[in-house]
Amino acid sequence: MTNLIGLALIVLLSVGGLHVRARALPGITTGTLTAYGMALTVIPAALAAVAVYALDIPGFVIIALAAVGGAAALLSLPSTAALRKRIDRIAIVLLAACAGLAIIITLGIVLSLLFEALRFFSFVAPWDFFFGTVWDPRFSSSGDMTEVGQFGLLPLLWGTLYISVVALLLAVPIGLLCALYLAEYATYWQRATLKPALEVLAGIPTVVYGFFALVVVGPAISNAGDALLGIQASASNALAAGLVLGVMLIPFVSSLSDDMLVSVPRSMRDGALALGATRGEALSQVILPAAAPGIAAGILLAASRAVGETMIVVMAAGIVASIDLNPFASMTTITVKIVHQLTGDQVFNSPQSLVAFALGLTLFVMTLAMNVIALQVVRKHRRHRE
Amino acid sequence: MNSPSPPPAPAQTAITAAQTARIAQKRHARNTWLRRCGLAGILLSISLIVILFGAVLTIGLSAFWQTRILLELDLSIERIDPDQTGDAQIISKANYRAIVQEAIVEKAQQVTGALSRQDRRAIRALVSKIAPYLVRDQVLDNRALIGTRAALWLPANNDVDAWVKGKIRRDIEESRRPINALQARVIDDLMATGRLDRFFNTDFFTRAASSYPEVSGLASAMVGSLMMVLIVVALALPLGVAAAIYLEEFARPSRWVSLIEININNLAAVPSIVFGVLGLAVFINWFHLPRSTPIVGGLVLTLMTLPTIIIAARAALQAVPHSIRQAAFGLGASKVQTVFHHVLPVAIPGIITGLIIGITQAVGETAPLIMIGMAAFIPEASFDPLSPATALPVQVYMLAGLPGRGYTELAGATIILLLVLVLSLNSLAAFLRHRFQKRL
Repeated sequence: MTNLIGLALIVLLSVGGLHVRARALPGITTGTLTAYGMALTVIPAALAAVAVYALDIPGFVIIALAAVGGAAALLSLPSTAALRKRIDRIAIVLLAACAGLAIIITLGIVLSLLFEALRFFSFVAPWDFFFGTVWDPRFSSSGDMTEVGQFGLLPLLWGTLYISVVALLLAVPIGLLCALYLAEYATYWQRATLKPALEVLAGIPTVVYGFFALVVVGPAISNAGDALLGIQASASNALAAGLVLGVMLIPFVSSLSDDMLVSVPRSMRDGALALGATRGEALSQVILPAAAPGIAAGILLAASRAVGETMIVVMAAGIVASIDLNPFASMTTITVKIVHQLTGDQVFNSPQSLVAFALGLTLFVMTLAMNVIALQVVRKHRRHRE
Repeated sequence: MNSPSPPPAPAQTAITAAQTARIAQKRHARNTWLRRCGLAGILLSISLIVILFGAVLTIGLSAFWQTRILLELDLSIERIDPDQTGDAQIISKANYRAIVQEAIVEKAQQVTGALSRQDRRAIRALVSKIAPYLVRDQVLDNRALIGTRAALWLPANNDVDAWVKGKIRRDIEESRRPINALQARVIDDLMATGRLDRFFNTDFFTRAASSYPEVSGLASAMVGSLMMVLIVVALALPLGVAAAIYLEEFARPSRWVSLIEININNLAAVPSIVFGVLGLAVFINWFHLPRSTPIVGGLVLTLMTLPTIIIAARAALQAVPHSIRQAAFGLGASKVQTVFHHVLPVAIPGIITGLIIGITQAVGETAPLIMIGMAAFIPEASFDPLSPATALPVQVYMLAGLPGRGYTELAGATIILLLVLVLSLNSLAAFLRHRFQKRL
């Protein structure tokens, strides 16, 4: 199938390229440019044709080759004014289509989630989903479709928010302190070495944090709970997931806050210092208040990250959906349940799998709201500065 | 505040020098305190990095070594190919398990004397269960071995490996540890005579995931990750750069353009798992692309990295000096020619930096790949984008979830590789950005 598409593309592009070139030829005085352009289209096309029939190279490679050839042909076109105008117009339309892809992706997310979520709501009433306090989806493999179980969102929402709050309680103070130091106190060399060091933390894949929480932090907290408090804590507890999630968010909070602190105009800082304020006073009474909206937006973005984070909670938070205040208890989140309901041997059209789309939609709307507000604040803040 | 207040009484203005000094001291002390708090925050974060890396290294580093036992195997013609057919089918059906088991039991009995049935079973367990298959493959590769007594290094069982690496405490009660006294005696003797040793674990790099941790590797995961990165580069780079060029060079401010911009910024912050759910619903359920394949994974990762690349490419285009555009226009170039022939080449280093950041993101991403079913044991590395595959971070997730010490160790080792990969990509991006900034 892909082979055929690739082949069709090659034929289309090389014929099209040659056609365009033939029409352009009379107006051109130097043949070199044309020869170069023809080599660029015809050679990959010929190679690709050989590849399809002789070497059995996968079709997508051929499509990629064809695209490269076509792009090269477009770029190396000779400059006849009339022709150029037409090609320019085509190029701009293609570029605009690529930019429009962003809207198509968003629409794809919303529509696919909405469509499948609506199918879920034909099994379970929205009221029971959004305000239900019990999460107990039965297995659909039992064959009995009338038994749908209970799909209450609230326990999952509670777990999500609880773990996120634990994470933010760790990440916000530490991240802010890091940002304060880097923006106001650090020497040039300190800043040049410490900032990349913090960015290392930001580049670590989340599954690594999940492993750390699962293998190191979870058991450590559980042992400490046993030894110090006499609590029977399970190895997968909300505290471990929350703390490790917090560690993940530190560089995020610190770099966003740092940006905001640095973007406060030099004149405000200098003014405060000229009036005799210490650096600390300038910071706490002039710079921080000026940067506060931006920092708040950064914290909101961090919260949205925490709510949407998956790997750490899947590996370390547990699977029991309960509304509990005890940080040593096992808790679960929306993302964990999305993963659980869609992996494993579930019948796809059952409410047990479809609920994942309703959960995904909830998650998307929650994070979207946070992001929109945060980005709006940041933009307004920036414009204000300029 | 601004309401007129009565002039202060003269007595209150008379603050002594000592008082001012005390106030100043207090203010400076507060300043120092804040500064130290900031420094403490940074030190705490850096020590967290050290703890994280230290933990991963202590857990995973030992997996780069593998314990092997040197065994003299009876590969006589009668046992392998009694009729001397030379037929691969017959040779591969010989009873290699018995050959390996006899060899290890024979070796042990030289140390301990005759063994009971139960003890013999314990001794057989020292060699990996996969060893017979390795012997078979070696014999098939090298027919000259048939009819000889070949000495081969074969992987030891995972428990032996852990014992040799000191990961099992020797002072606990015999019934509660996986290596009993007899096995320990044989292991010690084999080690003393140089027949049991640790080698660099080449299987870890060349073999795929296996249900025997001692020979399990990440070849299939590496191939899967590579395939998906190739797809991401092939799709996200042209699409992302094209979108950035349009938004930066051609688009006039309008409602439509600001809608696209808001969309891109928001997509960059959508949780990755949502992209996984999208991939499952759209690519697998609607388009019926095969599950767990690199093509679906690559498409999902492309959608995820697209906003990153667009944002980076726009920044790179923005940084191109205006004089370059004006010079091109002045020489009669069209708008499209100006952009493609003059602006884009200057922006390439910045775009590559953005691409590397996008690749780093794609290489480390796990959740969406789990959603499209890539958390699977893939016994054979395959370069076909339409056959099931797995990826490095997904393999970490899978290994970490499996019971047994060996798998945790392997997960740690996979993380070490993943971190090396991601951190070197990050430093490459940082280096390029640095060079680029200097040049402009």
